[in-house]
Amino acid sequence: MATASYTPSELMTVNAARLLRDDDVVFVGVGLPNLACNLARRTHAPNLVMIYEAGVIGAQPARLPLSIGDPTLVSGALSVCSMYEIFAFYLQRGYVSVGFMGGAQIDRYGNVNATVIGDYRHPKVRLPGSGGSMEIAAFADRCTFLTPHQKRRFPEKCDFRTSAGFLDGRSARQALGLRGAGPATVVTDLGLLEPDESGELILAAVHPGVEAEQARQNTGWDLRVSQALRTTAAPTVDELAILRQFDPERIYLSSTG
Amino acid sequence: MTKLTPLRDAIADLVHDGDCVYAAGFTHLIPFAAGHEIIRQRKRDLVLARATPDLIYDQMVAAGCARKVIFSYSGNPGVGSLRIVRAEIEAGRLEWEEYSHFSMITRLTAGAAGLPFLPMNPTGAGDLERVNPSFRRVKDPYSDRQVVTVPALNPDVAIVHVQRADADGNCHLWGIVGEQKEAAFAAERVIVTAEEIVDPAVIRSDPNRTIIPGLAVTAVCHVPYCAHPSYTQGHYDRDNAFYLEWDRISAEAGQVQAWLDAWVYSVKDRDEYWQKLGPEVHARLEVEPLWSQPVNYGKY
Repeated sequence: MATASYTPSELMTVNAARLLRDDDVVFVGVGLPNLACNLARRTHAPNLVMIYEAGVIGAQPARLPLSIGDPTLVSGALSVCSMYEIFAFYLQRGYVSVGFMGGAQIDRYGNVNATVIGDYRHPKVRLPGSGGSMEIAAFADRCTFLTPHQKRRFPEKCDFRTSAGFLDGRSARQALGLRGAGPATVVTDLGLLEPDESGELILAAVHPGVEAEQARQNTGWDLRVSQALRTTAAPTVDELAILRQFDPERIYLSSTG
Repeated sequence: MTKLTPLRDAIADLVHDGDCVYAAGFTHLIPFAAGHEIIRQRKRDLVLARATPDLIYDQMVAAGCARKVIFSYSGNPGVGSLRIVRAEIEAGRLEWEEYSHFSMITRLTAGAAGLPFLPMNPTGAGDLERVNPSFRRVKDPYSDRQVVTVPALNPDVAIVHVQRADADGNCHLWGIVGEQKEAAFAAERVIVTAEEIVDPAVIRSDPNRTIIPGLAVTAVCHVPYCAHPSYTQGHYDRDNAFYLEWDRISAEAGQVQAWLDAWVYSVKDRDEYWQKLGPEVHARLEVEPLWSQPVNYGKY
């Protein structure tokens, strides 16, 4: 069988898409998460309900939306509501089964920083900020993150906690009684991280041709490797073809993350 | 009484130096023409509030209109960072106050409802609450649970773009409605810009679509193509190419000033701007119609 070649971004996006279920209601984040959800809907999850923070429910975009407020999301959607309603009635009330997001930094316990590198008041790098992520991470049943596997992106502890993972461990999150269960998977260009019983992210799978040691080298904490380490299936020719149709100008997919 | 006003006069009369301005619209219906008019009139020391500052505030900050931004996502959606807002913040030249989308919109909703604050469920994240003292915690009086509160946001002036309005300011809008209604009800003064001015009978033919009533509106301005490079659902497409182009322009201060000279200071109004964009851009942003099914209100 011919082996398809793919970029790291394509590898991440395909693997993220596979994590969505046909009966999921997904709150879709900007960038690669958006691509992953649209890929899933065009492949194994045709009934996936895509919710966008702009207030769109059940979007069926005819083209890849560059922004998550694109007009193609509205035409043919199930419903459009105000931003207050999408966050209060849909997300906070508990109708969202999965949040799909990126993250500049993700730490050992799945806490995410999308706000600032360095001191908050005197930032070294000012990032865009929370957007919807603070509440999505708290209130969606589970969360999936897509982030390239680089040491600076996976610190032991985030400079700023924009959204909650397991805080300092699973019991800390449980003690707060948040309605969402927290991070389920972090998809990187090297493999998949999943929380163990304590809420610590461990290496659960590697992509074809990747050694566990590579992932460990590119993680800011002493990354543990699952006893039952899996290897993901390579992106198929079909998955890649559909994905590339969405992004003909390769705005997202050409990048190495 | 007609509230029809030329945009230039509405900005001159209703936007004052030092005001808190909320130019509404989440990706959709962003009133760029009003932002450009504010730049041309050299308004100063504004507090610019928007969930997503978007290019409109990047440009207004670049032009020196702002003293502070209030936001919840300061990015160029799908492209990257808002380079000017980011650089000004990093350099310590621009004050900022930051929320999540939900807490930002909750502030506006409290303002629109005439409430002092509104509660939300805690998120566990903590750091934004820690750095922004406007977040508070109170005990739910009906249980022992803690809730997070944010104070009402009542901007001095809101600017809201819509598909169609009558001369009294009754507005029909559709597509992404974002925080348009909340901004209009929360603000002290409201400037509506509309793609079309229609007879009141058109508004009354579909009252469920009247998202903003004239009684909340101060001035109505007829400004076709007001939202470009944002979009107006059903009228013209989002100019994604320009959003990508701005990422290149805004990388260098000289290019930004040259762009402001060419597209803001040296054009007199939105008509001239739209003509200057030229037929190729017009054709690229044209959108094929897709009509909804009419509804039957019944004759009683």
